[in-house]
Amino acid sequence: MLRKKEPCVVATFATTTAAMQTEQAARERDVPGRLIPVPREITAGCGLAWSAPQAAEDALHALFAQTGIKPQEIHHLMI
Amino acid sequence: MIYFDAAATSFLKPPQVKQAVCEAFDTMGSPGRGAHPLSLAASRTVLQCREQLAQLFGLPDPARVCFAHNATDALNTAIFGLFAPGDHIITTALEHNSVLRPLYRLEEQGAQLTILPADAKGCVNMEDFARALRPNTRGVVCTQASNVTGNALPIGQIGAFCREHGLYFVVDASQSAGVLEIDMVRQNISVLCFTGHKGLFGPQGTGGLCVMPDIEVRPLKVGGSGVYSFMHHHPSDYPTALEAGTLNTAGIAGLLAGLEFIAATGRENIHAREEQLAQRFRIGIAQVRGVRLYGDEHAPERTAVVAMNLGDEDAGEVADVLAQDYGICTRAGAHCAPLMHQALGTVEQGLVRFSFSYFNTEDEIDTAIGAIRELSGRLYGEDAPC
Repeated sequence: MLRKKEPCVVATFATTTAAMQTEQAARERDVPGRLIPVPREITAGCGLAWSAPQAAEDALHALFAQTGIKPQEIHHLMI
Repeated sequence: MIYFDAAATSFLKPPQVKQAVCEAFDTMGSPGRGAHPLSLAASRTVLQCREQLAQLFGLPDPARVCFAHNATDALNTAIFGLFAPGDHIITTALEHNSVLRPLYRLEEQGAQLTILPADAKGCVNMEDFARALRPNTRGVVCTQASNVTGNALPIGQIGAFCREHGLYFVVDASQSAGVLEIDMVRQNISVLCFTGHKGLFGPQGTGGLCVMPDIEVRPLKVGGSGVYSFMHHHPSDYPTALEAGTLNTAGIAGLLAGLEFIAATGRENIHAREEQLAQRFRIGIAQVRGVRLYGDEHAPERTAVVAMNLGDEDAGEVADVLAQDYGICTRAGAHCAPLMHQALGTVEQGLVRFSFSYFNTEDEIDTAIGAIRELSGRLYGEDAPC
């Protein structure tokens, strides 16, 4: 194992632009998480995914609702 | 060296543009290609640039800002991506070849074209738009401001005409972006094509097209997108749909710095300053013997361009003397706008275009006025009456 795995909520996107907008909005709202390469367990259009601790899932959903950014899918993974 | 060729490229730029380009080479990887820090740094800059452009042009969705190499590239994508053989398209005699040549090619493929004429001052009669309508008319493609005279077309009025008749409205903002007001929603612009290296102060090799959310443009180019690698077709989500291949990250970083300068300075202030300089020059040379000015000086809206000739002298020779004897850079010739020169009657002589920048000074203007007076003196004698 390269590193210890944690339960995460992972959002995927159709475009890099949507992924970058998520990062920007999260920083503005102090929503935890970071951009990661899309894990191999899932597929997505864009090679970037937003990974956040599961405790931040509600905040992430709120972020999407407030900004209108549309994630492609949302997954729960150990990564 | 005095630079009065801002309509060709903004050689005079805010210093932070060059700094941003250099920093990009040191800090940025390929945008949208991977999740490592250098790639993310590039992607963040690209997103910021889209947002600044969307804000400047009144485009509701920054994801609809699609980067291209320049305005010609963007116009080709817009024209071939919206229209097809059998369509009728309206344009004007003010257009640059970046509009005319794609339209001529489309005409060869079976589209129909109406080019609204310009009068001797380079102005279009707005009533001609309605007269040109046909059952198969699909759109209007036109510049916001002539690159020869600086006179602006009333794009709000043309946009309203397009709304009334259900037409696409493609605007070439090469001469106007960063200077004249653009509001894509209010002016009903379907696709706005811009270059980065003129009024937006960015580097050459930057530009793009802003596509309204309800408009779909067929891509001219397909290929690498950084996403959906196993699909045979290029992705259809914007902006990726119109951005095949790696973006010009360093150029976009410089463009972003130019846009931030415009936002901090105020577009209106930049336009007012440039027009003030142009007016000083226009007034300074208007009464000089042999000077002939072109365009509509009473136009309600214009960019900082003064088009002139001196007697019957070849425009290229006047520009060369200005460069060699006075160190003044202007642009002579046909300016890639053949129909405008036909309207102005300058096909043979050409004309000398002075185009001014926010960064020019009154002293430079006065030096150029003095140079024109001296050249007139060489032609007509030192004491020649005006």
